[in-house]
Amino acid sequence: MDRRQKRTLARILISAALLILAALLPLEGPLRLAAFLVPYAVIGHDVLWEALEGIAHGQVFDENFLMALATVGAIGTGEYPEAVFVMLFYQVGELFQSYAVGKSRQSIAALMDIRPDWANVERDGALAQVDPEEVAVGEVIVVRPGERIPLDGEVLEGTSAMDTAALTGESLPRTAGPGDEVISGCVNLSGVLRIRVSKVFGDSTVAKILDLVENASSKKARAEQFITRFARYYTPAVVLAAVVLAVLPPLLSPMDWRESLNRALTFLVISCPCALVISVPLSFFGGIGGASRQGILVKGGNYLEALAKARVVVFDKTGTLTQGVFRVTEVRCSPEDRTALLETAALAELHSSHPIARALREAWGKPLDPSRVREVEERSGRGVRSVVDGTAVLAGSRRLLEEAGLTLPADDGALPGTVVHVAVGNRYLGCLLISDQLRPEAPKALSALKAEGVEKTVLLTGDSLSAGEAAAKELGIDQVCAQLLPGDKVEQVERLLSEKGRRGKLVYVGDGINDTPVLSRADVGIAMGGIGSDAAIEAADVVLMDDDLSKLPLAVSIARRTLAIAKQNIVFALGVKLGMLLLVAAGFASMWMGVFADVGVAVLAILNAMRALKVPKAS
Amino acid sequence: MKKTYRMKDLDCANCAAKMERAIGKLDGVSAVSVNFITQKLTLEADEERFEAIVEEAGRICRRIEPHCVILGR
Repeated sequence: MDRRQKRTLARILISAALLILAALLPLEGPLRLAAFLVPYAVIGHDVLWEALEGIAHGQVFDENFLMALATVGAIGTGEYPEAVFVMLFYQVGELFQSYAVGKSRQSIAALMDIRPDWANVERDGALAQVDPEEVAVGEVIVVRPGERIPLDGEVLEGTSAMDTAALTGESLPRTAGPGDEVISGCVNLSGVLRIRVSKVFGDSTVAKILDLVENASSKKARAEQFITRFARYYTPAVVLAAVVLAVLPPLLSPMDWRESLNRALTFLVISCPCALVISVPLSFFGGIGGASRQGILVKGGNYLEALAKARVVVFDKTGTLTQGVFRVTEVRCSPEDRTALLETAALAELHSSHPIARALREAWGKPLDPSRVREVEERSGRGVRSVVDGTAVLAGSRRLLEEAGLTLPADDGALPGTVVHVAVGNRYLGCLLISDQLRPEAPKALSALKAEGVEKTVLLTGDSLSAGEAAAKELGIDQVCAQLLPGDKVEQVERLLSEKGRRGKLVYVGDGINDTPVLSRADVGIAMGGIGSDAAIEAADVVLMDDDLSKLPLAVSIARRTLAIAKQNIVFALGVKLGMLLLVAAGFASMWMGVFADVGVAVLAILNAMRALKVPKAS
Repeated sequence: MKKTYRMKDLDCANCAAKMERAIGKLDGVSAVSVNFITQKLTLEADEERFEAIVEEAGRICRRIEPHCVILGR
């Protein structure tokens, strides 16, 4: 509780005690009024003052004005205890409300507590502790165990485990050693690191994430916009209704003016739409905060809302569903040739930096002697011709070998991936199948998505149809569009957008590399593995900070939960208010019930909104 | 020009919405957001009139919520 809240609490207690005293004293007439005016002044003086100030500023019908009018009206009609009680109740409610909002603010702030406070910079041979914003690119910083990495950079010296949980939600530490890039916001766990800074603080990962999450609330969800629009028409409508309620009944029926005025004032007290105006944006903010804790950055409430309505999810294949790492997945030859095939292929491709060559060397996995290879000749797109141990070796496509006059076994076509055929001299040894590996968590993530209500999954790939279909079958993906150029992907997404109907949303998941147009065309563009990648953070609406696909169903689940909470708040707050307004109009509710409807509902709605911060268990 | 200010004692969400609407109507303001949760005012407005606009925004905030102030000016 801050100082102002504590003072309000003290005033509430004193005023309550004085109210009881005044009620017990056997006083009559002006003395009785005076006895009640004391607690009224203690608890209500600021409300009265602000009401006057409001009127002076032309702000009629704010909360203070309504409370002042209602209680002064009650005093005027001789209901002294009620006037004090209503004011007291109002202040208790306000206190609760401000306390609850303060608490929510704190828990959201704690969630985003990844801002480093200082950096240890090596300057003139000594270490200086400075604000991270004052460190320039190229300077060297020292990070001790337990400290947060203040700026992005490259490790010069030292090896340590890094806790990236604050950025990725992943609790398993990663190791970083000399030459590795490290990202600000991670916590250094074990060793001292010397790091050369590569970005100023404003461009560093941690600053970007903080900026993104804080600005996320300015992109409002439809539910939030509805509230703002609603509040604009609602207040004047209620005021008009109150006037009607005050004037009409005494004219048309034997009801006296005192009663009708009282009802009209109560009606006004209920009218503040605060519960709605606070709790709905707070729900979205909580959802965005909770998601960021899991390494899911959502750039706005509107995207969270769209994600909750995801009906079609489109995936890019390479780097998204697969690891983007090539491996030898099949060896086709007679068993006695297996070792020779693997070794020869690795030797032939010894000097190439192509991913395929790397996969071949990895498959062999033993040291290779470069002196055994001579006369290497790379044929772009076909393979390699070289001399190994004095014999000519061909390693590459079917075409490379056939052009050299070799006869290969019949084409069995539909192999998913790249095939490398190998021949030594005139003898055909066999072939190796190299393909990209599916992410191990992909099948589970896909089925979890379906469980979250996604109706259709589509795979887009530049690879062959056979490779696409093989992956789709393994993952349970409904539709495959293969052999696409980057431009075709936009077309496919547009086709899917027009097919899916208006209510559901289309989500595109890519790796953020050269699929920017598709990311922006989809209702929600999600980029994978955004950690450290500026392009991905820039282009996408949602960024999964680590390479974990299982965060995708989690993101949908957080979005759905957040939207559900926001809707509950809208329905609950509006329902109670409308109910109360009807009761008051019919004469069944008194003023203190009106006050409860106002602040009580606000507090309950805030508490409900805070549930959005908690992340549901991954299903 | 775009700048963010912290706000003190912004107590009522409806007031924040009112401030946002009123400041948005000022001459030269291209975008404004009054965030009740983060207690921040983000203002995007004409460079040359920026100071005057911030000044006016402060008056608007005081008018809607008398003890509310814009910090860091």
